Amino acid sequence: MPELTHIIHSALKKTPSGIGGLDEITGGGLPAGRPTLVCGGPGSGKTLVGISFLVNGARHFGEPGVLISFEESAEDLACDVASLGFDLPQLIAQGKLIVDYVHIDRSEIEETGEYDLEGLFVRLEHAVRTIGAKRVVLDTIESLFGGLSNESVLRAELRRLLRWLKERHLTTVITGERGQDTLTRQGLEEYVTDAVILLDHRVREELSTRRLRIVKYRGSFHGTNEYPFLIDRHGLSVLPVTSLKLDHEAPTERLSSGVAALDKVLGGEGFYKGSTVLLSGTAGSGKSSLAASFADATCRRGGRCALFLLEESQQQMIRNMRSIGIDLARWCERGLLYMLAERPSRFGLEAHLAAMFRTVDELRPETVVVDSITDLLTLGGEAEVRSMLVRLIDYLKIRSVTALFTSLSPGAVELQATEAGVSSLMDAWILLTLERAAGGRRRQISVLKARGMAHSSSVYDFKMTERGFQVSAPEG
Amino acid sequence: MSRRAAKVELEQPEQFVLRLYIAGQTPKCVRAFTNLKRICEEHLANRYRIEIIDLLQNPQLARGDQILAVPTLVRQLPEPVKKIIGDLSNTERVLVGLDLRRA
Repeated sequence: MPELTHIIHSALKKTPSGIGGLDEITGGGLPAGRPTLVCGGPGSGKTLVGISFLVNGARHFGEPGVLISFEESAEDLACDVASLGFDLPQLIAQGKLIVDYVHIDRSEIEETGEYDLEGLFVRLEHAVRTIGAKRVVLDTIESLFGGLSNESVLRAELRRLLRWLKERHLTTVITGERGQDTLTRQGLEEYVTDAVILLDHRVREELSTRRLRIVKYRGSFHGTNEYPFLIDRHGLSVLPVTSLKLDHEAPTERLSSGVAALDKVLGGEGFYKGSTVLLSGTAGSGKSSLAASFADATCRRGGRCALFLLEESQQQMIRNMRSIGIDLARWCERGLLYMLAERPSRFGLEAHLAAMFRTVDELRPETVVVDSITDLLTLGGEAEVRSMLVRLIDYLKIRSVTALFTSLSPGAVELQATEAGVSSLMDAWILLTLERAAGGRRRQISVLKARGMAHSSSVYDFKMTERGFQVSAPEG
Repeated sequence: MSRRAAKVELEQPEQFVLRLYIAGQTPKCVRAFTNLKRICEEHLANRYRIEIIDLLQNPQLARGDQILAVPTLVRQLPEPVKKIIGDLSNTERVLVGLDLRRA
């Protein structure tokens, strides 16, 4: 089977869109030299997909592009996308982009007999020739139907236009407005038969989510799920990839947890590189401290760590850890530790995930810590959080990044339902508890699960002192 | 209304500057020119000028003048600018489009 997909992949040439994630789920991008239909409702991001495709082509792939805009003027478009880091006027000045605004107003036009749309062809051809364009975006060509009344001419010309684009091997994105029972109002899907991408924009509980689905991709393997996608100041990105396969590498190298005694409990040397660890605990049991110690150990080895804080600020974390003898500030100064503190409610799950992906991409850390995943539950249901974690874990495993997730448990016995759901994704699961004991409270630590490690199943006492952690066999 | 009509009578009759955008000598374009010439002779004798613009030779003009359909007749003068598309075979509508007859 892998050979077959390989053959199909290589037979069909693809043009990278440069849109993060989209090229992964399409196995390389849009069909090269062919048209792709991108449809969706108002505000679903169709125009942005088109513009990103052109801007990326011009910037990164040496492919100039032409945008025929039927809805917005070049000035308006430039303003709209400036916040995404796209400088259209600059690309235009560099001769890498042409934006031609085709304005049609039915009230200004009198129709008197036969006509065709040769004017549009002339404009397109002139623009393509002027800059040697390889990419074309028509946004939204359906506007023609509002501007001109002779539908049979329009349909014939549309067919001719698509043939014209294919003959010139222009990789084209055609946007279309979502219809009631059809993908597009004017049935553009009849004309564009190679690839169809559907965008969707929903608002749920005041959080907006955008989704993208490949409805059709002739002759190519593609992911069929709905993928969340994001529009933020970095542009547009599709978040791959639910675990399509389970074929990550399984490194045998081990990484210290930061606590020698805990490493011993884990069968000697700590966690496997590239593994994922769930650290559950009741309130005040020392989850964040143990997590910080793991980050500290990474930096001591000279590795980089990304620490995602969802509960406290960077300053708070540094101060609190100093009290147990962990100096995180020095690692920040040396650029080994990167802390990203965001309130969970600041943005939706997808945006958090995207921020994490981006950090991992830029920092290339050896380890990642998320403190805590419980906070993410305020943003979505259990299933959504789980699905987000699957994607995150996948992303990290592919890059052999070792990850530690903390999670708040209501008690030692009754574990949270989510924890049970999430724990199956994890390679190791450590539980911290704070028990009432004679003369106060005592902390205990146990390893509930550790795939591939000869771990101890005892419950150990666990102490936090200003000199660090101590793990010892339970007293009495 | 009557004041305006009186004023027009006193002045020179309005000059019409018409631009016909074509794309090569296609039957539609040739027909449009023939029809335009006839209509002008009948209704605008001695006060019109026709400019022919072949977009195959001057493709850059299509963008500036917002030409989409071919043939397109643009009434440059008198203002406001008006657009009439098609081979101009429907004389009534051409006259309406040129404001020579009310719709």
